Amino acid sequence: MAKEFLSGDEAFAYGVRLARPQVVSAYPITPQTIVVEKLSEFVEDGSLKSEFIHVESEHSALSCAMGASSVGARAFTATSSQGLLYMAECLPYAAGGRFPIVMMNANRSTALPWNIYGDQRDSLSQLDSGWIQAYAQTAQEALDLALMSFYIAEDKDVSTPFMANLDGFVLTHTYEVVDVPTAEQADAFLPKFETENKMSLDKPKNLAFSAGPDTNTFFKFKEHCGILNAKEVIPKAEKRFSEIFGRKYTGLTESYKTDEADYIIITLGSIAGLVREVVDKLRDRGEKVGLLRIRYMRPFPNEEISATVKKAKAAAVLEKDISFGNEGAVYTNVNSALKKADLTLPTSNYIAGLGGRNISAEEIEGIFAELKEGKTTVKFIGIGGEQSGDQR
Amino acid sequence: MKPYLRDHAPTSFDEIPDSTSYEAGYLVTKNAGWRSVRPVIDPDKCVGCLNCYLYCPDGVIFRQGDKVSVDYDFCKGCGICQKICRLGAITMEEEK
Amino acid sequence: MAISAKTINETEFFYGHKACAGCGGSLAVKIALKVLGEKSIAVVPAGCMSAVGFNYPQLCFGCNAIISTFAGTASMLTGVEAGLRAQGITDFHAVGFAGDGGTADIGIQALSGAIDRNDDILYICYDNEAYMNTGIQKSSLTPFGAKTTTTPAGKNIRGNIRPKKNMFEIVAAHGISYAATASVGYLPDFMKKVEKAKNIRGTKYIHILAPCPTGWGAAANETVELAKEVVDCGLWYLSEYENGEFTINNRPKEFTSVEHYLKRQSRFKHLTDEDIEIITNARDKKWEYIDKHFAK
Repeated sequence: MAKEFLSGDEAFAYGVRLARPQVVSAYPITPQTIVVEKLSEFVEDGSLKSEFIHVESEHSALSCAMGASSVGARAFTATSSQGLLYMAECLPYAAGGRFPIVMMNANRSTALPWNIYGDQRDSLSQLDSGWIQAYAQTAQEALDLALMSFYIAEDKDVSTPFMANLDGFVLTHTYEVVDVPTAEQADAFLPKFETENKMSLDKPKNLAFSAGPDTNTFFKFKEHCGILNAKEVIPKAEKRFSEIFGRKYTGLTESYKTDEADYIIITLGSIAGLVREVVDKLRDRGEKVGLLRIRYMRPFPNEEISATVKKAKAAAVLEKDISFGNEGAVYTNVNSALKKADLTLPTSNYIAGLGGRNISAEEIEGIFAELKEGKTTVKFIGIGGEQSGDQR
Repeated sequence: MKPYLRDHAPTSFDEIPDSTSYEAGYLVTKNAGWRSVRPVIDPDKCVGCLNCYLYCPDGVIFRQGDKVSVDYDFCKGCGICQKICRLGAITMEEEK
Repeated sequence: MAISAKTINETEFFYGHKACAGCGGSLAVKIALKVLGEKSIAVVPAGCMSAVGFNYPQLCFGCNAIISTFAGTASMLTGVEAGLRAQGITDFHAVGFAGDGGTADIGIQALSGAIDRNDDILYICYDNEAYMNTGIQKSSLTPFGAKTTTTPAGKNIRGNIRPKKNMFEIVAAHGISYAATASVGYLPDFMKKVEKAKNIRGTKYIHILAPCPTGWGAAANETVELAKEVVDCGLWYLSEYENGEFTINNRPKEFTSVEHYLKRQSRFKHLTDEDIEIITNARDKKWEYIDKHFAK
């Protein structure tokens, strides 16, 4: 293990190198570029033995990764925002084909208006594409996730592509000290990729076929079961990871001071760091507040969320996303989890950080203050003036 | 390997594969029902030039000895073989 | 020994498919796979050949085969090739079979990328001159004058008003390792070209004209005749591009009648004498260019 000063993108690239993908196909887009630049350097200096394919678009990046996976090669790609949307056709294709490709997505706003900064509308718009979706908070977690993602995706019972999300700039471009495992440690953690879902010369197969109305539901149900199986495999991967690397992760969610908390903010990604600071500050004042960070949006942590907030008086979902015409997608998912658990606490939705807008500690404090008032709201933070941003 | 007809169509929930991936060349239905006419080869006129074998879009004309034969399970009766045969060794006969 | 009907691999690798009777595209796929053999890995985008060959549990490819996205034939081929090579496997042939729309329209970007990288793949475009799988809509390889369901021949517009895109020379302009044109009317020529491509490293492209009796409005048994006649009347040609040079493989001494070729297909039935003159003049101009720039 060596300590390095790395950005989130770099840390992820270091993690990918440790996973030894056989094919890397990627197209540059801000703020993902550092990942592919780093990986190219690793290929150039010989520290990564990988076929680096300079594809001419994101659609081709994922299509190429699927081709590689279809012959049993470990494949990696990375993208962001418009690029993710451009390859959107290939997302459910990879999931339906059960190709365990790993992709890093640098969360970034989607046009229009054009904007290169971070929000999560890109990946959250693709929740239904059949991919596992994880959201990292720190560069260390990004590196560790890179390594674990292959383990989880390639598990025989899962066999589902994995999208690891890093908040654009605030995580992708922010430096921190990161523990970089050795190649020996990584090899001890991550088994070789083996699958029957491939074309091989001694056992020819026909892949990615059509399935009519009679069998289509069967295939789709199996796909659904595959991604749900990740709920079992993620803790398994994290246990194995902590045994080898000493760092512990907490599954689909991470709770911070939620025991006995009356008011909880549920969020995801790097903003959780600031919420944590605010929780500490308010706790010092004797306020019973907590943070629940969603680490995985798919499979969705229904049980973890309801178990964490069941004794709370109110909960807010803070997200960098809006499903236009309704509310934040995370909020919808959280409310569904609560309903299924027969929980009736008031919930509110705070839409923040769109196009990279800063979210302040004061604004987070304001969310806790509003929670105490007991009203439910769907609100855009920071609209200001006469427009409160309150939708209802 | 040439795809061939199997005796079972694996379409129940337990039989289908976990992914969209299955044994190559697995056939469960024939194409014979498409046909209204069938090519009949006159072995006396056939010289084994193999043009019909080459130009059949369905690959159902196969070499047999120094002549050719037809797999009627999969022949669609398009008649390309009859047109391509310069010796008039193939006639299209009505299916009854 | 040169490849011929007598020497070609007797095994059929594309069999039991549900293509229309007399399908030219399926003939091209069948022959190419017989030349390439059992170590072929076929990538077939959404389109006729995948629609007729991959309906679980009726799977009609005897070799490895996969359906790609419509736009992703070349990029998936790239991944297949790189994925196997990365595992130390090299004795295979990654071959794509895409139609005219999948190649010259939606797939041209990925194809251009693959050629640019000189990936070791063979891309075969079976050109039936329209989007046949979706019901005969115009593509950029639909010829001038042809009636399709999106270029109807009416009082005001007589079918497709644009000439066929020159895909072969667009591909060649990349400086590709090998490119050729072919026709299912001249299979020995096509077989020779596939055989040649099989032994060349880098990107190979073969553009084979493959009539669709359903879409062209001809009888099922006319496919091969039409594919010969289009070459004989000079509206299509058999050629190659290698080492930066074009070669013409057939130079008819005299062209057969363009009108005869057109009028036997219902997609051209509406053409006037003036339309046929336009087509004939374009043909003559093209051959003037070929005679000047292509080696014989």
